[in-house]
Amino acid sequence: MTEEEIRNTLCQLLTGIAPDTDPARLKPGEDIRHALELDSFDALRFIAALDEHFGINTPESDYGKITTMESLVRYISRKTAG
Amino acid sequence: MIEFKMPSLGADMEAGTLAEWLVKPGDHVTRGDIIAVVDTQKGLIEIEVFDDGVIDRLVLEENQKVPVGTTMALIREPAGAAVKPAAIAAPPAATGPAGPSRQPAVQLGLPAAGKATPLARRLAAEAGIDLAGVLGTGPEGVINKEDVEREIRQRSGEGPKEVAAGAESIRAAVAAAMAKSNREIPHYYLETTVDLSRALAWLSQTNSERPVKERLLLVVLYIKALAKSLRQVPDLNAYWEKGLVRQQEINIGFAISLRTGGVLIPAIREADTKSLDELMGVLNELIPRARSLRLRSSELSKSTITMTNLGEGQVEKVFGVIYPPQVAILGFGGYSSRPWAENGMLGIRPAATITLAGDHRATDGTTGSRLLMAIREYLQKPEDL
Repeated sequence: MTEEEIRNTLCQLLTGIAPDTDPARLKPGEDIRHALELDSFDALRFIAALDEHFGINTPESDYGKITTMESLVRYISRKTAG
Repeated sequence: MIEFKMPSLGADMEAGTLAEWLVKPGDHVTRGDIIAVVDTQKGLIEIEVFDDGVIDRLVLEENQKVPVGTTMALIREPAGAAVKPAAIAAPPAATGPAGPSRQPAVQLGLPAAGKATPLARRLAAEAGIDLAGVLGTGPEGVINKEDVEREIRQRSGEGPKEVAAGAESIRAAVAAAMAKSNREIPHYYLETTVDLSRALAWLSQTNSERPVKERLLLVVLYIKALAKSLRQVPDLNAYWEKGLVRQQEINIGFAISLRTGGVLIPAIREADTKSLDELMGVLNELIPRARSLRLRSSELSKSTITMTNLGEGQVEKVFGVIYPPQVAILGFGGYSSRPWAENGMLGIRPAATITLAGDHRATDGTTGSRLLMAIREYLQKPEDL
């Protein structure tokens, strides 16, 4: 999966969690939760969706590593490559 | 025969529009079954039935808008139960023909409604307007000339059109309830700051062993700590109805903010009897449903106290406005690292400030203080929650 494909999938998943936001407009280094006004409940659902869709396991200790689109794409491409 | 009536889903609801019947005459229903969907200011609400029986007749037609208390259907009691003749109130004439475009705007009913100035009465009579459906903005909700004129404008199509339940109507419902609260309830405010290091460490440990779908959020610890504390301080799990009326069930109204603005407060029923996992399950199910405006009647009418949780990264304190007829609201501020003095040592701890707004007609600060202290204690022993 290319980084572009991952990014598109992430946008779809985010739209599923917060239907009235536009994740495609997120800048690479922008804090996702802050920009889209996701609360802790939304964030948990998003990570659940990530794990399910990409077949990965994101421990709570990694939450801090995936705050921006840029870091999240990198995190997922590394996890799925393994 | 049992009359099934348009329920009131909070102090701010006066009317509802039947969107859909989910039953037909002859159907057997059991207490708790969802039998209709009603369009209100707070979205499409699934209406539950309170009795067992057989649907005898559907009195109300779909798309009809009627005041709270109007008979919607007749339910035959199960065989063996006493049969009483029932007088059926016809849907009021003010309802008007079905069809969204012809309906008057949703009115914000306040219990004080009905009082009006003489000029307002005369204007309303001339225009053929029933004052029961007019929002009064004068002192103590008295209807004045401006209110009637606004109503006339709205009916003639000049004023703001009726909006589908959504951001604007929810905003209006919040506005009505909060204005009434601030007008009538003498609030007192208390706050305490709680060390969360034990709660967060326990949570992190618990979650590290779980798949993401079973992980807990800090807020479920708050909910449980509040519910258990209310058992110790029952005077705050109560309604003010010309006096303090304690409530048996501890049903925590959980404020859910909508991205489009406004707040919905569905009840987490009997929160004191649910485990942390069960409470998390309730939230997982409830929050998405609230955000898509699909709540059930019992969820909007059964709360006995309200809590609002700001979550991490937000401001430190929130002072709530009580949702009548409840007598208290708890505010959980965002947690952050703070300087903390304990045992003569200064350290840094994650901490959150919890506030309580209480109805001073119903209780005093000492009662509120007991509740906050109990919550603080419970949060020091998360494993026992």
